[in-house]
Amino acid sequence: MTPATILGIGAAIIVSIALYGVVTASSLLRRIVALNLLGGGIFLLFGVIARRGAAAGFESDPVPQALVITGIVVAFAGTALAVALVVRLEQARNESPDADGERLDGADAP
Amino acid sequence: MIAGAVFDIALVALLVALAAWSVSTRSGFTAIVGFIGYGVLLVVAWMRLRAPDVALTEGTIAAGLGGVLLLTAQARVGESAARTSAGAPRQDGGPSTIARIGIAILCAFVGASLIAVVLSLPEPAPSLAPLTAEALPRVGLGNPVNAVLLGARALDTLLEKVVVFLAVIGVWSLSRDHAWGSSPSIGPRTTSRVGGAAGGIAPAPAGPIAMLARIVPPFGIVVAGYLLWNGANEPGGAFASAAMLAAMALLVLMAGLGRIPRCSQGSWRATIVAGPLLFMAVALLGLPLAGAFLAFPEAWSKPIIVVIEIALVISVASALVLLIAGPPTTEPSP
Repeated sequence: MTPATILGIGAAIIVSIALYGVVTASSLLRRIVALNLLGGGIFLLFGVIARRGAAAGFESDPVPQALVITGIVVAFAGTALAVALVVRLEQARNESPDADGERLDGADAP
Repeated sequence: MIAGAVFDIALVALLVALAAWSVSTRSGFTAIVGFIGYGVLLVVAWMRLRAPDVALTEGTIAAGLGGVLLLTAQARVGESAARTSAGAPRQDGGPSTIARIGIAILCAFVGASLIAVVLSLPEPAPSLAPLTAEALPRVGLGNPVNAVLLGARALDTLLEKVVVFLAVIGVWSLSRDHAWGSSPSIGPRTTSRVGGAAGGIAPAPAGPIAMLARIVPPFGIVVAGYLLWNGANEPGGAFASAAMLAAMALLVLMAGLGRIPRCSQGSWRATIVAGPLLFMAVALLGLPLAGAFLAFPEAWSKPIIVVIEIALVISVASALVLLIAGPPTTEPSP
């Protein structure tokens, strides 16, 4: 049982748990957290494939690593946009008509 | 051998336990904390897979900045989210128990299929490592992952920078109409309404976070520069460096020691855009100079890559800070 295989099995279990979390999340923010867990598991699977591709003096295939790095940054950007949407949605839900411009966290209105 | 397997099994057990806990816990805050712990353990997992560059990126961007992003959102949404996930029934009650069992069975099926795939991967494993080893001297970098990122797959990196930039535009477009052009705010809340109405003078920054924000950033900037320069031949590179700079900037902002410049400021916008634009310009210059889009003339390859990386680090760090800070909000009137 190489480390790659053990981590691969672990990643598969993480993917299934996170998938359950995405489907049954109790709030939008929890859904985003579960999506990030899912992403981590999928990237780990990618890493297992990279490790198994060790050759030519490298300990791990560089091309999947580069793809995963790109994926992590893009996933972060997507999460940031999703989070901004969720925050804005909650603000819109919680606003009363005569409090326009008042922020949810109690900061002062102009 | 046995010690390694025991370590790996323990690591996997911890990761699975953290994921399960983060998914099932009642409070949104503890779910995010579980996610951050999961991200930090993933760094160890990536090192077990012999991928230090990915470990750096995962630790800084996914676990670190992602954790800050989610915690900030949790604080902003605050009561609504806590009320929902702290046990009060959802508006629609969530999936029924039968549905939950069905979903769990399907997810277990997905997991089992993935395990079957992992156990039946082809031997010997196909690999692009030999091709990369051949291309490495032409790119001029010693770190194979960065050579792939900025040499062979430079198009992916360029598009990824554009994606980050588009995400910033998306986040900015969520500001209210009257707040467009002002600066995002991520500093400490001013709790006194009187003080706010009189001109928004916040109390002088004090306390542990202010002290950290004064002491740590110089070291952080040096480490960021080191990561960037070292990424040429050793693990490191532009992304980890940009995340480090962003983290230092966030520390200063959250302590109230500084503010993000107004989003309508031309020089600020130019800073954010400069990196991708420079990358694009170099890519287009490759057409006349080296025969293809994004081709670097071989002798100039390393200097071009270094210049691109420096511009990218500044732009990406600014973009990362803006993504976490959120849309522009109205400032207190002067």
